[in-house]
Amino acid sequence: MTKVSPMHKEIDKETATSLLGFWVYMMTDCILFASLFAVFIVLKNNTAGGSNGAELFSLPFVLMQTLILLTSSFTSGLAMLAAQRSRIKDTFIWLGATGILGASFLALEINEFTKLDHSGSSWRTSGFLSSYFTLVGTHGLHITVGLLWLAGILFYIYKKGLNETSVKRLTMFSIFWHFLDVVWIFIFSVVYLLGVN
Amino acid sequence: MENSMYRSKAFKAYVTGFLLSLIFTLIAWGIVNRHVTNGHHLYSHLFINILVLSLAILQLVVQLIFFLHLGREKKPRWNLQALLAAVGIIIILVVGSIWIMNNLNYSMMNMVPSQEDRPF
Repeated sequence: MTKVSPMHKEIDKETATSLLGFWVYMMTDCILFASLFAVFIVLKNNTAGGSNGAELFSLPFVLMQTLILLTSSFTSGLAMLAAQRSRIKDTFIWLGATGILGASFLALEINEFTKLDHSGSSWRTSGFLSSYFTLVGTHGLHITVGLLWLAGILFYIYKKGLNETSVKRLTMFSIFWHFLDVVWIFIFSVVYLLGVN
Repeated sequence: MENSMYRSKAFKAYVTGFLLSLIFTLIAWGIVNRHVTNGHHLYSHLFINILVLSLAILQLVVQLIFFLHLGREKKPRWNLQALLAAVGIIIILVVGSIWIMNNLNYSMMNMVPSQEDRPF
């Protein structure tokens, strides 16, 4: 144990089982999003005489959101790599970056939602907007929960350092965050890019 | 030893995945942006649909491999099996919903107005 840290060893069986369990949860979460996507695709032309996607969405704005979330997904992966190598300073830097980028993403989304609501396009306006707010809002809710979870992990690492439990939690968080980015790619493509088309 | 993290294979995989995702995102966005700023006449609707969806699926695969390390999993590959089961359910759910609802819309079009008022 002189040169190789304990984290370099094969992860033990119990940790592997928890990670697989979390992965299976993530799959069910994807199915939840798939059903919301199905609802959106079915309802997206039902604008009830109101505005459609081409009138409401701004392409530069949504590109900025996408790049921010993609970068935060990348930094969350780097935080996990740093934690697995017991580099606590790098872990804090990359986790902090993930948190800041995630919070900016959420701020942009809340800003977009309030703007839509104030311009008379609320979730009550049409089937299209109901399904839009449900799909994108559910994603935003996941991001919010992820940010709270991230704060919890940061606090735990600050208190207890990088032990096996904190690395396991960080690995789960990073899986969660990567999947939220994957879901966002499809929101970006199906809702926004095909919506303005 | 100090710089091992930023020279490791895993780090390079993350950078590769990040750059590929960035490229796919920018291609999809750039083409749609060009199409919209040119008054929606540049490409056909079908072409844009297929292109944007293919790029999204490509990016999904890239992130699964480079961010979620699905390719490096050892047998019996439980993660991959769970993922494939989920993909199967998702395809049935989404394609099935679109298919059925389009069919219902089509059937509704041929109804005479008096029929629409009747609940059964």
